[in-house]
Amino acid sequence: MSALLQASDLHIGFGGVQAAAGVHLDVQNGEHLAIIGPNGAGKTTFINICTGYLKPQRGRVLFEGRDITARPPRAITRLGIARAFQIPQLFSEHSVRDNLLLALAARQGIWQGWRPLQRIENRHEADQLLTLFQLDNVAEQAIRELPEGLRKLIDIAMALALRPRLLLMDEPTSGVASSEKFAVMDTLMNALRTREVTSVFVEHDMEVVTRYADRVAVWNSGVIQAEGPPAQILNDTDVLRDVIGV
Amino acid sequence: MRGIFPLALLVLIIALLPLLEPWTEVVLTLALAKGFAVLGIIVLLQAGQVSFGHAMFMAASAYCVAFLANRSGVLEISLLLPAALLCSALMGLLVGLFVVRYRYIFFGMLNLAFSMVLYSVLEKFFYITGGSDGMRVPRPLLLGQELERADYERWLFYLTLTLAVLLSWLVWRYLRSPLGQALAALKTNETRLEYLGVSARRVLLIAYIISALLAGLGGTLLALAQGLVTPEYGYWVRSGELVFIAILGGAGHVAGAFIGALVYEVVRLYAAAYAADIWQLILGSFLLLIILFAPQGLVGMAQHWLRRRGSPP
Repeated sequence: MSALLQASDLHIGFGGVQAAAGVHLDVQNGEHLAIIGPNGAGKTTFINICTGYLKPQRGRVLFEGRDITARPPRAITRLGIARAFQIPQLFSEHSVRDNLLLALAARQGIWQGWRPLQRIENRHEADQLLTLFQLDNVAEQAIRELPEGLRKLIDIAMALALRPRLLLMDEPTSGVASSEKFAVMDTLMNALRTREVTSVFVEHDMEVVTRYADRVAVWNSGVIQAEGPPAQILNDTDVLRDVIGV
Repeated sequence: MRGIFPLALLVLIIALLPLLEPWTEVVLTLALAKGFAVLGIIVLLQAGQVSFGHAMFMAASAYCVAFLANRSGVLEISLLLPAALLCSALMGLLVGLFVVRYRYIFFGMLNLAFSMVLYSVLEKFFYITGGSDGMRVPRPLLLGQELERADYERWLFYLTLTLAVLLSWLVWRYLRSPLGQALAALKTNETRLEYLGVSARRVLLIAYIISALLAGLGGTLLALAQGLVTPEYGYWVRSGELVFIAILGGAGHVAGAFIGALVYEVVRLYAAAYAADIWQLILGSFLLLIILFAPQGLVGMAQHWLRRRGSPP
């Protein structure tokens, strides 16, 4: 496997809190990397840096060997990195289908096309995504009418609609009912594997991490405290004490 | 497409009205001309942005016509109209490049500031612009032909009506296209738009230029109908009036621009005739009633009524 994303010597702080203090983290092509750590450790900051929302004070991020540090989110998205948010970022007045159609239209270039959004050629692909995430029965409903768990799924589906090579997800199962979290993750991971999408996900649920991550990185106090296979990391006594609180 | 029949009927009534009541011809031309600028406001409202200075584009294109006619001797309407539109589009691009960086109250106020700068320039540079007296616009030629006043007014009315129908359809198509839907999406979540790889600023800039073009067309037609342009074209009260009409007509539908403008002009005409001292009070009360009881405007009210009529008991 080769490194798809390489973050090196990342530094960023907010007031007295150092969210990243010389972080080196590589994401290999085809892997599913989980980032765990206590609240406020800097996990989301990492995603924010990789997607252009934040500029690191030092260090750089390479994607497929290209420097993407501090490039605007839209430029990074166009290169093939998509993002799903902890709090779903959707177009609340649009229907579920229109949200997906907008994402698909954005992928092809929103400047082209005079045809109404609802009639663009992507409708079939939107239907496939709706079926994949079992959203068919809410397809015509406005986002504002839906519960948080469904919004989370739509947020991920929108990111996938961009056909990214790397998907960064911030707590994909938060807001999802605990009885449904494995079903949601099964669907998601299947979609990622089928589409050959590499992923990084920030997660607090260790069951999810154990089951779905190929590798785990422990982010603590602005540094990578440990990284390796889930079985090894989640049995590390330091990690259990510092991160999981056992 | 369900509402197409009532709209077609309305267009037909408007088209026939001057034949039955000739005095309505100029009133309808002026109302429809104003409707184009209101349509521009409605385009921006899709993104949740309100411009309190859009009359500046009406003034810019109207003065463009006056300058071309008076200083360059261009009287051919087929040249004046595109030149004025180009002028408003260019101005829309220049002002837009600056204002699309801002949102909500800052967006509104910056537009107001730009419009007041233009207003002051037009009023103070007397030897160039004619100051508050403005500039006369001679009756233009139509494909080299000089028309009698009555014929010209009739021709201008039907041109305005045709353009109103055509541009309403074009704007309606634009708002339904991916680019137009991105404009509506900008209102609810700009962050997601950026994370879809779309520049929210560029989406808004395109909408801004379109809205400036529409306002410019309105200003051009007003200038051609009235034969006089004054700095009042760009005054902030005129900009406020456009927002007023957009809310009155209903910002959710392109037809709201023209229906709002027609109702506004009729109410103003009658209020001024029968209650000259309190016509603003009457108009204000009218808008208050609309906001309180029909926040979707007149078109929203009509749509609601049509839906209720169409649904089974």
